Amino acid sequence: MKYFAGIVAVLVITLTACSDPKPQTKAVYMLLDTSGTYTKQLDKAKNIIKYLLGNLNSGDSFAVARIDSESFSEKDLIAKITFDMRPSKANAEKRTFNEIVEKFTKEVKGSAYTDITGGMLQAIEYLNETGAGYKYILIFSDLKEEVKKGHVRDFPITLTDIKVTALNVTKLQSDNVDPREYMKRVEEWTQRVEDGGGTWRVINDLERLEGVLD
Amino acid sequence: MASADFWNMWMPSQPAISIVIWVLIFMLVLYIARIPAHKAILTITHGLRQALRLMAKSIMLVESRLKQRNREVLLAHGRDATERGIEREFQRVEALVNRDLSGYPSLQRDLKEQITRIDEDYVQSGEVPPQPPEWLRAIEAVAEIPSNGSPVVAKILNDIHSTLKKSLDKDVSAYRKANKERHALLKKMMPFWRSLTKILTNVEKKITGLENRSNVIDEQMKHYEEILAKTDYAERMLSSSSLTQFFISGLVLFIAIIGGYVNFQLVALPMSEMVGAGSYLGSIKSSDVAALFIIALEVSLGLFLMEALGVTRLFPVISTLDDKKLKIILWVSLSFLFVFASIESSLAYMRDMLAADKEALTQMLSGVEAAEPEFRWIPSVGQMVMGFILPFALTFAAIPLESFIHSSRTVLGLVLVWFLNSLSFIIRQLASLIKGFGQLIVNIYDLFIFLPLRIEQVFKNKKDSSEMDAVQDRPFLNN
Repeated sequence: MKYFAGIVAVLVITLTACSDPKPQTKAVYMLLDTSGTYTKQLDKAKNIIKYLLGNLNSGDSFAVARIDSESFSEKDLIAKITFDMRPSKANAEKRTFNEIVEKFTKEVKGSAYTDITGGMLQAIEYLNETGAGYKYILIFSDLKEEVKKGHVRDFPITLTDIKVTALNVTKLQSDNVDPREYMKRVEEWTQRVEDGGGTWRVINDLERLEGVLD
Repeated sequence: MASADFWNMWMPSQPAISIVIWVLIFMLVLYIARIPAHKAILTITHGLRQALRLMAKSIMLVESRLKQRNREVLLAHGRDATERGIEREFQRVEALVNRDLSGYPSLQRDLKEQITRIDEDYVQSGEVPPQPPEWLRAIEAVAEIPSNGSPVVAKILNDIHSTLKKSLDKDVSAYRKANKERHALLKKMMPFWRSLTKILTNVEKKITGLENRSNVIDEQMKHYEEILAKTDYAERMLSSSSLTQFFISGLVLFIAIIGGYVNFQLVALPMSEMVGAGSYLGSIKSSDVAALFIIALEVSLGLFLMEALGVTRLFPVISTLDDKKLKIILWVSLSFLFVFASIESSLAYMRDMLAADKEALTQMLSGVEAAEPEFRWIPSVGQMVMGFILPFALTFAAIPLESFIHSSRTVLGLVLVWFLNSLSFIIRQLASLIKGFGQLIVNIYDLFIFLPLRIEQVFKNKKDSSEMDAVQDRPFLNN
């Protein structure tokens, strides 16, 4: 009996020592820019979503929201889900999710303004609620933020333990006139995310999405 | 005071001379301290050397004890293995005796019957020479009567001759008939002879089988006696056998581990459907832990099964149980194994379904038209069969495991002995080096103070030569 108790104690200590308190699940929040001409890029976003659906597992969370004039709101959420623990059910949920996104991209209308900060605040709230161990915000946008007059968005945001990735950051007409504008825009977002405690990176080549959830 | 000033303190304008003065001072100090310094160096190195030699001696002592212990373990294990071998041979002999020699009474009866029949036939076929008729002598006497030309006598003699001839013809005919009958009887004996030969050949074969077995037992007994006598030959044989077993069983265990990995792959994915794919135990998926648990259970059941069958003897508690309890353990293990094999088979099927579903989803997401493969059922059935067979196949891992555990004790012992031996050798070499090192430091010390030593030598030589001169000046002393 003594030996048995000893073995159990050793096993418990070993498992406790080995265990990582950080959950192994992932949570991804993808923001889709629907302002002006950028809506034409949404087909690319669809492929990214499909890629993510193929790579997320049971227990992971995924949400897709649009960036419009006032993005700090639940109404901009297109679809959100925490995949079922059973892989078979999770696969069915992925199919449904994909259908919702397909429907959205067909019916979407462009917005007048681009409230990226609002969308990010909404994303942070969602990601923290999931309690996932690894959190990602994917911004599918040209990163040009235009907020309505009177809306305050110029303040620091907390992005602790969140990896932010800007996807398909297209160059605007004005960027061609002065490329420094593009660089400045990217630099500003990099600074803002890193100051908030997050990590930042840009992926413009959508053929290289392998590391997006690293 | 700065360091440079210190070194230049004797002649600040001439640093080289200052340094030379310092060197001379050091030389002088070292010369004065030469004898105690030499003693100190040699004492330290001697002490170190002694300590190292003592250490080497202790290690050799441990090595010797370990060797002795290894030998004891090896011989004990060898004795146990040989006892098992002899026991097994005796069991075979018992089976042979039970199977073949249990029919001996009936065989003996058969033989007796055959022999009796042959004997009867032989007696019947015994040739009885025909007795000459009683009146033959009377006829002989009559035939010797001289005829003297009498026709009556000649007629009588002729009659007697014809009668005698008739009688002899009759006898020859009877003799031939009797011979014919005897030959027929002898011919009838042939199948009995053949049957007798066949029976005796069978008996010979069985006896030869027993003889072979007894030869094997003799060999093993000889080996056993050598182990009991603890001879070096027995130790060498057992050691070599252990090394061979270690490598072979290691190889088979490695194959079994690969089998276990394949088994794990079959079970892990469908287990996530039961325990959930998103839950983790530490950094390991719960489904993986559950799959590993099932495989570990199967292996454990395999161990119990092999133990109950008497193939392995890893658990003395089980092997000492009575036959009835062993039978219970055997059937319980086998039943559970069967249940687990069935579960695994169904899990393998589920795995195939999940993989197909995942494949379909991937194809749908990548926009490829999903097509149903023509022979989709073949891998499904293959996986199910594998899922059913692998738990039983893993059962046999108990045999190499036992060999590996037993032989690894010997191999580890040998490695440890080798290590201790090498360590002792290195320490002894180090002790010798330290001895030489002490002498080297003494020589370097003397090299550094070569100047005062040289001066001392010169003075000494001078003194010696003056003493010699003084001795020569006093010749009476030489006488």
